[in-house]
Amino acid sequence: MLKMTGIGKSFQGVRVLSGVDLEAAAGEVHAVVGENGAGKSTLMKILAGVHSPDEGTIEIDGRPVTFGHPIEAQRSGVAIIHQEFNLLPERTVAQNVFLGREPGRWGLVDRAAMESATAELLHSLGEETFGPGDLVRRLSVAQQQVVEIAKALSLNARIVVMDEPTAALAEHEVGLLYALVRRLTARGITVLYISHRLREVFELADRITVLKDGSRVATEAAAGLDTAALVRLMVGRELDAHFPARAGGPPGEVVLSVRGGGNARLRDIDLEVRAGEIVGLAGLQGSGRTELAKALFGAEPFTTGEMRPRRPRSAREGIAAGIGLVTEDRKAEGLLLGQRVRDNALLVARATGGGRPAVEKLLERVRLSPPRPELEVRTLSGGNQQKVVLAKWMTVAPRVLLFDEPTRGVDVGAKAAIHDLMRELARDGTGILMISSELPELIGMSDRVIVLRDGRIAGELPAGATEEAVMHLAAAS
Amino acid sequence: MTGQPRLRPAPARLAALRPLPAGGPARAVYLALALLVVLGWVLFALRGEQFLTMENIVGIQQRSAALGIVAIGQTMVILAGSLDLSVAYLISLTSLVAAETMAGGDGMVVPAIAAVLAVSATVGLVNGLVVTGLRVHAFIATLGVGLIVAGLLDARYDGPAGSVPASFQHLGYDRIGPLPVSALLWAAVAAAAWFLLRRTRLGHRIYAVGGDAEVARLSGVRTGRVVVAAHVICSVCAGIGGLLLASRLGAGAPTVGTDGGYDLESIAAVVLGGTALAGGRGGVAGTVGGVLLLAVLDSVFNQLEIDSFAKDVVRGVVLVAALAIYARGRRTP
Amino acid sequence: MKRALPIFVVLAGLLVAIAVANPYFLEPPSLLAFVKRAAPLVILAAGQYFVIVSGEFDLSVGSLVTAEVVIAARLIDGSAAATWPVLALLIVLGPLVGLVNGTVTTVLRVPSFITTLAMLLILSGAVFLWTGGAPRGALSPQFRELGRGGLGPVPWSALILLAAAAAAIWVMRSGYGHRLIAAGDNDRAAALSGVHVARVRTVAFMVSGLSAAIAAILLGGFAGVSAQVGQGLEFQAITAVVLGGVALGGGRGSVVAAMAGAFTLEALFTLLNLYGISGALEPAVQGVIIIAAVALGAVSLPRRKAAAA
Repeated sequence: MLKMTGIGKSFQGVRVLSGVDLEAAAGEVHAVVGENGAGKSTLMKILAGVHSPDEGTIEIDGRPVTFGHPIEAQRSGVAIIHQEFNLLPERTVAQNVFLGREPGRWGLVDRAAMESATAELLHSLGEETFGPGDLVRRLSVAQQQVVEIAKALSLNARIVVMDEPTAALAEHEVGLLYALVRRLTARGITVLYISHRLREVFELADRITVLKDGSRVATEAAAGLDTAALVRLMVGRELDAHFPARAGGPPGEVVLSVRGGGNARLRDIDLEVRAGEIVGLAGLQGSGRTELAKALFGAEPFTTGEMRPRRPRSAREGIAAGIGLVTEDRKAEGLLLGQRVRDNALLVARATGGGRPAVEKLLERVRLSPPRPELEVRTLSGGNQQKVVLAKWMTVAPRVLLFDEPTRGVDVGAKAAIHDLMRELARDGTGILMISSELPELIGMSDRVIVLRDGRIAGELPAGATEEAVMHLAAAS
Repeated sequence: MTGQPRLRPAPARLAALRPLPAGGPARAVYLALALLVVLGWVLFALRGEQFLTMENIVGIQQRSAALGIVAIGQTMVILAGSLDLSVAYLISLTSLVAAETMAGGDGMVVPAIAAVLAVSATVGLVNGLVVTGLRVHAFIATLGVGLIVAGLLDARYDGPAGSVPASFQHLGYDRIGPLPVSALLWAAVAAAAWFLLRRTRLGHRIYAVGGDAEVARLSGVRTGRVVVAAHVICSVCAGIGGLLLASRLGAGAPTVGTDGGYDLESIAAVVLGGTALAGGRGGVAGTVGGVLLLAVLDSVFNQLEIDSFAKDVVRGVVLVAALAIYARGRRTP
Repeated sequence: MKRALPIFVVLAGLLVAIAVANPYFLEPPSLLAFVKRAAPLVILAAGQYFVIVSGEFDLSVGSLVTAEVVIAARLIDGSAAATWPVLALLIVLGPLVGLVNGTVTTVLRVPSFITTLAMLLILSGAVFLWTGGAPRGALSPQFRELGRGGLGPVPWSALILLAAAAAAIWVMRSGYGHRLIAAGDNDRAAALSGVHVARVRTVAFMVSGLSAAIAAILLGGFAGVSAQVGQGLEFQAITAVVLGGVALGGGRGSVVAAMAGAFTLEALFTLLNLYGISGALEPAVQGVIIIAAVALGAVSLPRRKAAAA
């Protein structure tokens, strides 16, 4: 079905891929895994015609193909669903599905045909919750993903590439996605599945290809691998201790407390964070986790309740009260992508008049590699960018640091470095509240886990709670 | 992997709190228009006068027609995520091209129209190519092209030139029943633009490119061509505006476009109609409403015999107020 | 600095070209005369830079210049005694207009293109409403001294320009300058890092208003009172800033380069005059050069997206 042979690609003299082979059969789910920078996304973008390879060939059904433009790849039956959806929020579902290929003749658009074809596609995907005439802006992330898949099907795609499809999904929506993927493979469609979440990979994939530093390390049947073996292939070493050890000592004084905190999305929030502890915050997407972090920080403040040291009404007041927030979406909310590492690291200190911290030392402390303050942040990998965000907060030494999905889209090595740093900060007396959709990470890192449901605290679990216990609290009705 | 996630689900509570319904701004501008008419009517009734007499209405339509046509063109480029600051100079140029080609002769009307369309399409093509091919920000590109046209005008003309035959002046002054021919022309242009945006591929793609050029490109839309096409349409609309003004003046004039402030005023009318300056959202209906709102406002001032400078002040205030209301209706980060 | 370099090369090239046509140009008197002529635009460009680098536009400066000159003429009406109070009033009025622009843009969230366009309408309408259609009164000799005279051979405007440039550079190196660029690069990230984005931007509009006030004082002295004195200056200032390699949309470019852009524009006009391409074709050549300069900038310095993921 699909055969990529000897694919190589360099960007401005830097070799990103060399000699990569990939084969996938009709109806197969083929996972492509590897650390950030391993070349997964580049490989998939070559397949989708976004980049053209410097060397190597692509064959589909035994015929060699070359793509100079995404549209050529689409015509050959390759569709890619990016992490960030390629949808127009102000247009309808049907207009999005048929964008660039509107049915009709003489330059006119046959709206009826377009809508009925879209309705059919949605029906075939088992989607009943929205229709072809709805504006995309009004749909949830999971629904938008269905629109993307419908778009792929309308292209008669036989190879669908999914790049981190669950990254933005709520837990209960992941199951729906699995079902959707199985519907696709049942039609004989090949799915190339890229994910950092190994659990999903084992759940779905028939075979797994591992990339490392731009080369293929292995392609194996999923049944023949386990997580440890896969991680070993990806990083070339066994990550025996996934999470750094807890400090162990008794927690310190209360550095942050809320009583009866509430706003439009949150109700009756009671919680405390003590110096030196890491408090995990679990909950399904939409349960109000991010909203709680932003309320504590002041960016989307509580309107009721008592908070100590004080209830911030803006981000500035939050920072003044000794609180920091590592946002979920670092590119949109965390970084100045066009500015240098130094300017990003100094941002909070400058914004709040917080002196002149030694940037070089901080960059070493957060293990930025290479620790060069003059680089533009947009050129850094996701992991390094996140370390810059951490450095930014460490300049003002907040008493409480809120982490919203601190390791999302970060490779395994950087993930470990960030975990180490969080522990270090806690050891030095910072109170930490951590949100993560990855339960093993949350449980592995936290001294206790608070579970949120529908904007309220559903319960609290001690260190070492099972994933099942957390899920039970988060999802119980 | 670059940029920000493009889509975030709108939280339900926001949807519920939205003061404006979907497609709100277009409807809002008509609401404002209706309100203004009622207010005007009451005001003048109290003064024992009549508002919106037949004469008044005809006047409003005639005054609006040229701006209206230009604003329709401006809507196209703004929807496509671009902008055109050269329209005022182009209007002057095409008024001269029309009047000089006709030179008072009936036989030359058709060639003159063809010449105007050709000239304006060429300018639009240049605008579009500079924006897409040379990747110059539309603000600078169309400003630059406008300056080039201005230089040519300055170099060749000191004042009005050419003349249009009496037959062509029908366009500017005649009416069919209560409807001026110029207003019918405006309506026709608006209807054509509406049809183009709603029912044709080009129209759908103009929204797509303005909404998110990268998404459009990845869906196989040749974004450059779409932007160029929008610029050509915009310039042709400006050319039609030039024809209309030539017919009204009886001659071409090198400052008729800039004196009328058609560049900034057309943009003002478009955003007043609820079309987003960033592109991808809005439409022709709103623009027509925006132009009418400005015209009725003018008419009220005329009847109150208020100094013309006061109109500018009020326009400025109305513009800011309208945009502030739209900004409240949509939560833009 | 990488982006700023080309404008200095272009400026140097233009100055050399002028010197070739007119060898006396490089002698102090005519060079100072050039600086004097350029000063208002350079100061306006510096002010406009603050707004543009924060991610906004200020289209109101041209009509603000006109308004200030017309107000000055009417209030001073040739009286020496009224000069200083009116000067003080003008200096206050500029930032005040900027404060309104900034507040409407940041608090009411009206796009600055529209806010300042409306301000343009309001200012020109209001001023002529007040004066009844044409400028009245006259500036005093003391007022005009600032734009025309000098301290010995050095024009006052050159000194004022020097002071303004030094102040602008100093401000951009201060914490405020960094916050301003942060707001222009990514206003959400800046806000969540504690930057008071609305305030920072509003101050930028006030700086632009102040620069318009200073430019108006110099221009009034230099060119006298007319209803056209500020016409088109907003576009010239924006052009100058963009010529200096400052990105529309914010977050990139330096204030020195923006001012160099204004000098370049002025040098271009001088050169055109020297070669006899006077008045009429001047805008056309200007248009070509602007497009060419920006296009070349775009081609030689592509803003590529991070390629590998």
